[in-house]
Amino acid sequence: MLRLRVIPCLDVAGGRVVKGVRFDHLVDEGDPLALALRYEAEGADELVLLDVRATLARRGPELATVRRVRSALTIPLTVGGGVRSRADVERLLEAGADRVAVNSAAVARPALLDELAAAFGTQCLVLALDAARAGRAFEVRVESGRRASGLDALRWAREAERRGVGEVLLTSHDRDGTGQGYDLALLAAVRRAVRVPLVASGGVRTLAHLVAGARAGADALLAASIFHRRATSVARVKRALARAGFPVRLDPGRATRP
Amino acid sequence: MSRPEVLVVRTGLANLAAVRAGLERAGFRARTSASPRALERAARVVLPGVGAFGPAMAELVRHGLDESLRARIAADRPTLAICLGLQLLCARSAESPGVAGLGLVRAPVLRLGGARVPHLGWNRLEAPPGARVLTSGLVYYANSYALRRAPRGFLAAWTEHGQPFVGALERGNLVACQFHPELSGTHGCALFRRALGARGRAPC
Repeated sequence: MLRLRVIPCLDVAGGRVVKGVRFDHLVDEGDPLALALRYEAEGADELVLLDVRATLARRGPELATVRRVRSALTIPLTVGGGVRSRADVERLLEAGADRVAVNSAAVARPALLDELAAAFGTQCLVLALDAARAGRAFEVRVESGRRASGLDALRWAREAERRGVGEVLLTSHDRDGTGQGYDLALLAAVRRAVRVPLVASGGVRTLAHLVAGARAGADALLAASIFHRRATSVARVKRALARAGFPVRLDPGRATRP
Repeated sequence: MSRPEVLVVRTGLANLAAVRAGLERAGFRARTSASPRALERAARVVLPGVGAFGPAMAELVRHGLDESLRARIAADRPTLAICLGLQLLCARSAESPGVAGLGLVRAPVLRLGGARVPHLGWNRLEAPPGARVLTSGLVYYANSYALRRAPRGFLAAWTEHGQPFVGALERGNLVACQFHPELSGTHGCALFRRALGARGRAPC
């Protein structure tokens, strides 16, 4: 049985891990490699590395940081931020990414998803979907959350799945960095909309928030600041999920058997 | 003592850095190449794979690597195929109908069904008794396609995702993993060492 994944997220800018509130007001949280190794030792199932400045600077993710983290990491690494072309993906895989997340460039030109899925396979391609509430609906945000796209988040998730993405990394723009917990209504709505694996992101402060995300149908639970600031550890999160009845990989190599 | 060298086949469609880093951690020196001669002569070869069956097979043929792979596997020279690498050993795949694979493993590659696809994350591998390289444990997968029956002549390890599928195969010095040893922590590191004949003390 597939284990529920716990994924620490490294938002990077200028070679450092940063974290803000609603993608803004960034503060320094430490060295990417040091954090990556701590999370791996604590039992992280994979890591996500997002270059939060890349799209705005009109470039791909910083390859030096990817290389540095990859050299020591024994678990999967998904990289995103400013990915616009097949050449960008090749460079990232070459530098050490295992999977690549795409957001703004795919909203601007959806056929990019078909091209990347055809070349690299669907399991390599992650849709980074940043969504914000807009009345009763959810709207896609692009350019590191700065711009509302006018696109309905559920419709976009379905289209991206049809075009070949193998996973949706769903971040609530409203909840990001606020500590109010995942937007469970958003999570449940996207869960109903697509069949590919779904990663919940944005707003976690407590163990209960993570358990609620799992109950809402997430296949993987992403969090950043609670791990960076040692409010909890990956190991403690996994024990809490195991107690709640979810199958997790308890490091090293042990697992709950529900 | 010098570190044994492993040649990683460069297809242009793989997570090469992760594979190389995994091999280095396991005590090997990793070198990438797309040369058929180098591939045929190398003491140890890894055929990595992220990508789709059709484009990856086209790359192998374009570089003339298909014949070299067939030759070294026929001679039972140490070879480890990873993920799509395993699928490329087969004759055909539902992912790319009409594209001929290497045809060394007599079982079709089928799409996973009945549960969440792609199959992404850590799952349990059940190794068969008598295996030289494969052991049971939690390993990392990222696949939408797999073999659903064991090909004749191979020892098969199994994983369950809605239904059982082949998680890995071994026959002599050929080992093929549907999962990613380079992303499977200490389990993967130890597998690299057994599959490719590492020397000295285990770093993992």
